[in-house]
Amino acid sequence: MQKIGVFVCWCGSNIAATVDVQAVSDALAHEPGVVFSANYQYMCSQAGQDMIQEKIREFALTGVVVCSCSPRMHEATFRKTCEKAGLNPYMVEIANIREQCSWIHKDKQTGTEKAIILGRAAIAKVQLNAPLTAGTSPVIKRALVIGGGIAGIQTALDIADAGFPVDIVEKKPTIGGKMTQIDKTFPTLDCAACILTPKMVDAAQNENISIISYAEVESVKGFVGNFSVKIRKKARFVDETKCTGCGLCTEKCPQKKVPNEFNLGLDNRRAIYIPFAQAVPKVATIDPNYCTMLKTGKCGVCSKVCTAGAIDYRQQDEIMEREYGAIVAATGFEPISMEKFGEFAYAQSPDVVTSLEFERLMNAAGPTGGTLLRPSDGAHPHTLVFVQCVGSRCDGGEKGKPYCSKICCMYTAKHAMLTREKYPDTEVYVFYIDVRTPGKNFDEFYRRAVEDYGVHYIKGMVGKVVPENGKLKVQASDLLGGRQLHIDADMVVLAAAIEPDKSARPLATMLTASMDTNDFFTEAHPKLRPVESPTAGVFLSGACQGPKDIPETVAQAGAAASKVIGLLVKDHLTCNPCVASSNELMCNGCSACEKVCPYGAISYIDKEFRGPNRTTLVRRVAQVNPAVCQGCGACTVACPSGAMDLAGFSNAQIMSEVDAICK
Amino acid sequence: MQERVKAKAIELLENGACDRVLGWKAGEFFYDVTPAVFTSREEIENEFVYGPFCGANQSKYLIAESRKGGRVGAFLKPCDTCSFQQLQKEHRILRENVYAVGVQCAGMCDIEAVKAAGMKGILGAEDQGEALLVRTMYGDRTMDRAAALAERCKVCKSRKLLGCDEIIGDQGEELASARFDEVARLEAMTPDERFAFWRNELSRCIRCNACRNVCPACSCEKCVFDNPDSGAENKAAANSFEENLFHIIRAFHVAGRCTDCGECSRVCPQHIPLHLLNRKFIKDINELYGDYQAGADMETRPPLVNFQTDDPEPSIVHERGTNR
Repeated sequence: MQKIGVFVCWCGSNIAATVDVQAVSDALAHEPGVVFSANYQYMCSQAGQDMIQEKIREFALTGVVVCSCSPRMHEATFRKTCEKAGLNPYMVEIANIREQCSWIHKDKQTGTEKAIILGRAAIAKVQLNAPLTAGTSPVIKRALVIGGGIAGIQTALDIADAGFPVDIVEKKPTIGGKMTQIDKTFPTLDCAACILTPKMVDAAQNENISIISYAEVESVKGFVGNFSVKIRKKARFVDETKCTGCGLCTEKCPQKKVPNEFNLGLDNRRAIYIPFAQAVPKVATIDPNYCTMLKTGKCGVCSKVCTAGAIDYRQQDEIMEREYGAIVAATGFEPISMEKFGEFAYAQSPDVVTSLEFERLMNAAGPTGGTLLRPSDGAHPHTLVFVQCVGSRCDGGEKGKPYCSKICCMYTAKHAMLTREKYPDTEVYVFYIDVRTPGKNFDEFYRRAVEDYGVHYIKGMVGKVVPENGKLKVQASDLLGGRQLHIDADMVVLAAAIEPDKSARPLATMLTASMDTNDFFTEAHPKLRPVESPTAGVFLSGACQGPKDIPETVAQAGAAASKVIGLLVKDHLTCNPCVASSNELMCNGCSACEKVCPYGAISYIDKEFRGPNRTTLVRRVAQVNPAVCQGCGACTVACPSGAMDLAGFSNAQIMSEVDAICK
Repeated sequence: MQERVKAKAIELLENGACDRVLGWKAGEFFYDVTPAVFTSREEIENEFVYGPFCGANQSKYLIAESRKGGRVGAFLKPCDTCSFQQLQKEHRILRENVYAVGVQCAGMCDIEAVKAAGMKGILGAEDQGEALLVRTMYGDRTMDRAAALAERCKVCKSRKLLGCDEIIGDQGEELASARFDEVARLEAMTPDERFAFWRNELSRCIRCNACRNVCPACSCEKCVFDNPDSGAENKAAANSFEENLFHIIRAFHVAGRCTDCGECSRVCPQHIPLHLLNRKFIKDINELYGDYQAGADMETRPPLVNFQTDDPEPSIVHERGTNR
């Protein structure tokens, strides 16, 4: 029989307001094995922890039950407290009487009853607890950053600066991401390329950074400190080591009709291309969907003009297998498709553009050389209508997204301001639901657009855009004026909502990192651990975690890097001793556990067993690799014969908890 | 059919394809035919039986037989072959030690159904095509064979012989089966009615464990109900409700692996329709994850130990549970 101490926390009024803590500690004092039971205002405080340590010594406690907040909050705290008093840390159980009790009950009596039941279950579990000893596993001192946008670049630079090697895997031929396509940045209006491209070059030149461009993560195995990642380096049909980036091939390629994704299809590129002048790595890539040589075997112009002999039509995808201690997801965002928004006539008129397309139309390196021209006829537009919240803050979420995309108010103000500044002969209208400009110098920026630049901000939504006689008939409501507006516009710019990049969902599955319903990565704690994923060793950087502007992204990228550095400086990590093991005498070898194990920790061996009458039986039995097992327990419920069990959460412990609750 | 099966059994022994053959022997009564292992021509000629009461699923015996050294021959009906494949998927049967002969089947008879047709003093029975010849103390009678079929054979799901080395008779096809009709009837009940139904049925259970012992999916090295460490051993004996839970727990344990061979109900001396519990699981799996027949092939991963991104969310399972 264990000698158990019960410590009931008030958590100030968090617990004590809806749970009679005195009644709980009194009731639990009579449970079998309990030799001490008390309550205290803040058990996690120094005084509370001192009390626990004192009572462990005084009563020679062999088990401790703390009735307090969620174990996610303070289990580690109380384990450490008890360890210092000489108790094995795994002899501590937490009864969550806050999140799962006091916070969800209004009636003190029911809250108290439930708290007693939860305490009783924890006591029943401690009765069966056994001391566990954690092993250690080495940390591979190398990080992987998935995504080479501003978030990934900043994270990689910061990790590399601390002296750790880091790989950036980027699916496009160049790093840089969305920021490369942006013209100017709010609220200072400095040129995006001017501040980004030096960072891209820094990344390329940093000896600790390897850029693996035109590549995607294929599979992820392992666990914190010991990830093994397969990376598919797509064939670009150009030898990266030989290509000098002179660009001659991209001028001579006869296939001229390839939509240029860098300019969002507003102009064309060749089948062999360098996305833009400052691309990193500055290496040509052949687009196999358009290259005549790859499709028909006839052409070979690029190979003839290349003086470096870099063209290799027989290049194959290459699978690299590398090991990492930490992984950072920095997969970024995409504007949503405008397909479902027929009312804005995006598909009918080339003069209806998204905001990102507008960036390209304003950019000196864009398809129009920086002069704002209507895509349909190249004429100078006089009346421009900006529509905000296209697909953002949509109720129901069928057409758009329920969330605010956060950046649109600011970039729309920027677009409107820049248009008015460069072309004072224009009339610019912005339709908005709300203008949201929290952020340093953000509201001042918006007010400048209205007050100094004379942009017409109209609260209300655009109902319909109809292309007619070379004009866009915009029908909208002015909610403050209480009237319908009809504007003949030359261009309509849609502030499309942003969504996580499509590659994020399959990546999350590979990383066993959780996502919310909008496919943004979930953080370990929304306030206190915003750059860590709940999966140990996986960190989050940039818009893959939620809509963000550039300053926020850079800040978060640095935060993610500091978490990675904090992990990589350690030589060893303490393993979780709560791992599964198979009772070989009961195991059937049916493979059910192997199939459900998300970590690949289970394998099978044929093992000899002693049979009756001095015979030997060979049986197939499961074996768990304790270094890989994360203690999720999926195998224990899948095992039909109950051979799989989880240390610290054994079937017997859980059954006795259930029994205690049902008593 | 008996002659063809016997001849094949002798041939397998004599041409060296097998060291022993798994077949059937007459039991105490002619209708309680018992699985048996034969090692010689004499034994087969004298004792081997194959007839309308050879319902036993031989697959489970192959778990032990395939590990005894040498090669064992087995005669498997279409439904048995599902279990045969399922057990291979679970690495329970060592396929290389088995010579599987598929035997096409027109359904097996149930002595209770014969008695229900008014037959008294029954001494024996023989297949006569569409009819069943019943020998009784009062002379020979015939009855419609379809009326004498066991419930599981009346709603036979497939006559396809799977994964055999050779087959006797024609290869069959999957059939449109009404096997879920009874489950649907139970689903339509109110929870109280259904609870009363099962309490009543399960109240007859004497815990003889015959259902577990015959079940091909119940092939654990050590059953949790026999294991003092499992924490479930004494549960089932505590009171009549926990006693009833034996069957519910067993149904959970075989969920996703049960091939619906119906052996549990066949052997139940108390005539509890245990197969309905398993069929409910099968019906749910079919509805939630798409049609799945355990043991139908060697590749498909069972839905309950597989994860796919388009799997229904737990909330759907929960909603279904509360709506019914």
